[in-house]
Amino acid sequence: MYKEICAKYAPTKDNLIYILHDIQDSHPQHYLSAEAVTTISDYLKVPENHIYGVITFYSMYSTSPRGKNIIRLCESPPCYIKGSDNILRKLKTILGVEVGQTTKDEKFTLELCACLGVCGNAPVMMINDDVYGDLSEEKVEEIIDKIRGRN
Amino acid sequence: MAKNVNVWIDGHHLEVPEDLTIIEAADKHGIYVPRLCYHPDLPPTANCGVCVVELSGSPVPKRACCTPVAEGMKVTTNSKNLRAYRKTLIEMILSNHEVVCPSCTANNKCELQTLANNLGVDPDALPNILVKKETDYSSPSVIRDPNKCIACGRCITVCNDVQTVYALTNSDRGIGAEVTTAFGMGMAQSPCVNCGQCTVYCPTGALRERNELDDVWDAILDPEKHVIVQEAPSIRVSLGEEFGMPLGSVTAKKMYAALRKIGFDSVMDTNFTADLTIMEEGTECVAKLKAGEKRPLITSCSPGWIKFMETYYPDLADCVSTAKSPMSMFGVLSKTYYAQEHGIDPEKIVSVAIMPCTAKKFEARRPELSDSGFQDTDYVLTTREFLRMIKEAGIDFANIAEEEPDEGMSFYSGAGTIFGATGGVMEAAIRSAYTLVTGEELENVEILGVRGLEGVKEASVNVPGFGDLKVAVAHGLGNARKVMDRVREGLKTNGESPWHFIEIMACPGGCVGGGGQPYGNDIASRARRGLALYEEDRSLPVRKSHQNPEVQKIYERFLGAPNSPLAQKLLHTYYFRRSISNGQVVEEVTHKHH
Repeated sequence: MYKEICAKYAPTKDNLIYILHDIQDSHPQHYLSAEAVTTISDYLKVPENHIYGVITFYSMYSTSPRGKNIIRLCESPPCYIKGSDNILRKLKTILGVEVGQTTKDEKFTLELCACLGVCGNAPVMMINDDVYGDLSEEKVEEIIDKIRGRN
Repeated sequence: MAKNVNVWIDGHHLEVPEDLTIIEAADKHGIYVPRLCYHPDLPPTANCGVCVVELSGSPVPKRACCTPVAEGMKVTTNSKNLRAYRKTLIEMILSNHEVVCPSCTANNKCELQTLANNLGVDPDALPNILVKKETDYSSPSVIRDPNKCIACGRCITVCNDVQTVYALTNSDRGIGAEVTTAFGMGMAQSPCVNCGQCTVYCPTGALRERNELDDVWDAILDPEKHVIVQEAPSIRVSLGEEFGMPLGSVTAKKMYAALRKIGFDSVMDTNFTADLTIMEEGTECVAKLKAGEKRPLITSCSPGWIKFMETYYPDLADCVSTAKSPMSMFGVLSKTYYAQEHGIDPEKIVSVAIMPCTAKKFEARRPELSDSGFQDTDYVLTTREFLRMIKEAGIDFANIAEEEPDEGMSFYSGAGTIFGATGGVMEAAIRSAYTLVTGEELENVEILGVRGLEGVKEASVNVPGFGDLKVAVAHGLGNARKVMDRVREGLKTNGESPWHFIEIMACPGGCVGGGGQPYGNDIASRARRGLALYEEDRSLPVRKSHQNPEVQKIYERFLGAPNSPLAQKLLHTYYFRRSISNGQVVEEVTHKHH
C-alpha cells in the first residue's frame, strides 16, 4: 500500500511532505509506521533518520497509532486568554485521556496545536478537517457527543 | 582565490580572505572567541550562541561561527553585554544538563565544563529542570546518554555529512528536541557502524565508548587467567601528550613497560599481525592480478568500514579481502599458535586488544570470529580507556623505563606500523606485492602518492611483468562512498573497476583519527600522529612485511604458507548483507574457503 502511494509522486525529495501526509491520511490509525518510513526512504533515497527528523519536527505527523478523530486544540496566547485551558480540562474529563493519548474506544486522540489562524473566534479547535470556534464547555460536550453518535 | 578584506577584531587590523567566517579569521590570528557547538573540523551548526560578537553597525550581536567577514568590519569579542549573554547561555544549558562531572568520562576534557569554569558560571544559578531520559546502552561500542547532551549537533553533522552513515538525527523541537536514532530504536538497531566519530566530536560525555575496563582488570587480577595484550599501530603515537610529552611522540617501548606493570602476562603487538595481514591480503591481491580479475580488491582492516560495506554495498562484498583484521588475526593466533608454542590451555587465555577504535568492540563480538574454538578476542579497550588504566595504576608514563615486548607475535616492520595512518596499508601492501609479483625487492619503499589527508588519493605503480597497478585510498566513510560508487558504476558500465586495489579506512586520517582516540582528536593532531608513524617506519631496520622474521617463523612452524588451508581457516572470514533500517544481518553474502 505504501509503495502505491509513493508511486503517485515523482521520486524527488521535495515530495517528502506530501507523501507523508498522504500515507498518514490513508492509514486507518492516522500515523506513520517504521515500515512506511522504510518504504519512503527507499523510494526517495532519503535516509530513514532524516525522515524521522521531519516527522517529529511537524506536529501534524504522528509516529504512534491514533484514534479515528483527531482533536487539535489551539494553545496559542489568544485562545489561552479566551479560556482554552478550561476547554482542555473539559476535553480531558469527557474523553478520559491526557494530551497525546487516544480514547479506549479508539475514537478520539487529543492533541494541542499552535495558532489555527481564526483568533477572532477564540478559543478554537479542529477535529479532523473541521474548525470549531467560540468554544464553551457546553459546546464542546455537544460537539463530542454528536461525533460519538455519528461514529 | 578569494580576495582579501580588511577587518578589525578587538582593534587588531587583519587582512583575511573574504570567504572566512569571523571565528575562522579570529582563530587564524590567535584571537580566541568563546565557543561551544563550533568545531573547526565541521561546518557550523550555529546551535549554541556562545560565540556571539558585537559588530559595528549591527544593532544585535552576531554568531561568529556563521557570520562571514566583510570589508571594513569592526568586531568586538568581549564586552559587559557579551559576557552576560554567554554566562546566561551556559547557565541555561547547565539547568537542563546532568551535572555529574567527577564521575563523567569527559571530566577535565569536557568543553562545557571548561567553558563554564572559564566564564565563572554558577552551576546553581538556575534551577535544574532536566527530565531524565533513558541512556542507550544497546550498542557494544557507543553509549549515548541524552542527559548529558547539549544538542550542539556535532555528532549529527559527523554521522551524516562526514561519515554518511545516517544513524543519528534530530527529533522533535523546542524543549523536547533531542539527538536520537530513527524511531528512537537505539544505536544497535540503527545503521550505526560503530565508528565512534560521534564520541570524538561530542563536547561533553553524552557519547562515549562502552567501558570494558572492569572486565579487563578482573581478568588481570585472576591468577587462573593468562592475559595477553596487543596494541594497534596508532596507539604508540597517541599516548604521550596525555602525560606532557609532545603530540605524536612514538612511545612503543614505554607502552610495553606500562602494560607489563599493569599486570598483563604477555605483552605483544598488533603490528606483527599487520605484517601478517599483508602476507595474506597481498597474496590474495597478487592472485587476483595474475588472473586478470576485473573486480578490485579492497582492504578489510577497518571494522567500521566493514559494517558500512555490509549495510550500503553488500553487492560488492566479494571485492573485499577475506583477510581478517590484524586484531582478529592476533586474537585467533593467541588461542592457537601462542597457546601451542607455550603449552597453555587456550581456555585460560584472555585476549585483550588496545585499539584506537570503538568499532573493534563490535568486531570482537562477531560470532563468526571464533575460529580458535573460543571468542578470538575477548576484550577491546580504546586508547581513552587505556589512558584511564595507566592513570588508575599510577604509572608515571613519561618517565617509565622502556622495555621490549614479549617475543613470538611482536616483531614488526615499518610496513606494519604505518597501518595506523591513511594510505599505510596500501603502501605496506605495495612493498610486498611488488616482490610477490616480480621476485625482486622494491628499492624505493616510500609511496608518497598514497600519503596525506586528501579524502581520496589515487596512485599508479609500475610493476614489471604486470604493468601499471592502479590504486585508490579513501579515509572517512563519506569518501569511501565516493570510491565505492565509482567502482559500482565502473563495473556496471564497462565491467571494470577504475582501480585494482583500494584501501578504505572508516575514520578521517585512518586509525590515528579513530573513534577511540583521546579527546581533542582534531584533524591537525591526526596529521601529526600519522607523520609520527612514518617517522617510526623510517627508523626501523625492517620495512617490508615479508622480511619480518617472526612472520617467516609463523609460516614455517605453524601456518605453512600464505593462504594455506590452515591460514584460510584461521585468518580469513566472510561477510553479510545488513538492513539499512536497523543494521541487522539479513543474509550471508560471501562464504568461507575451506
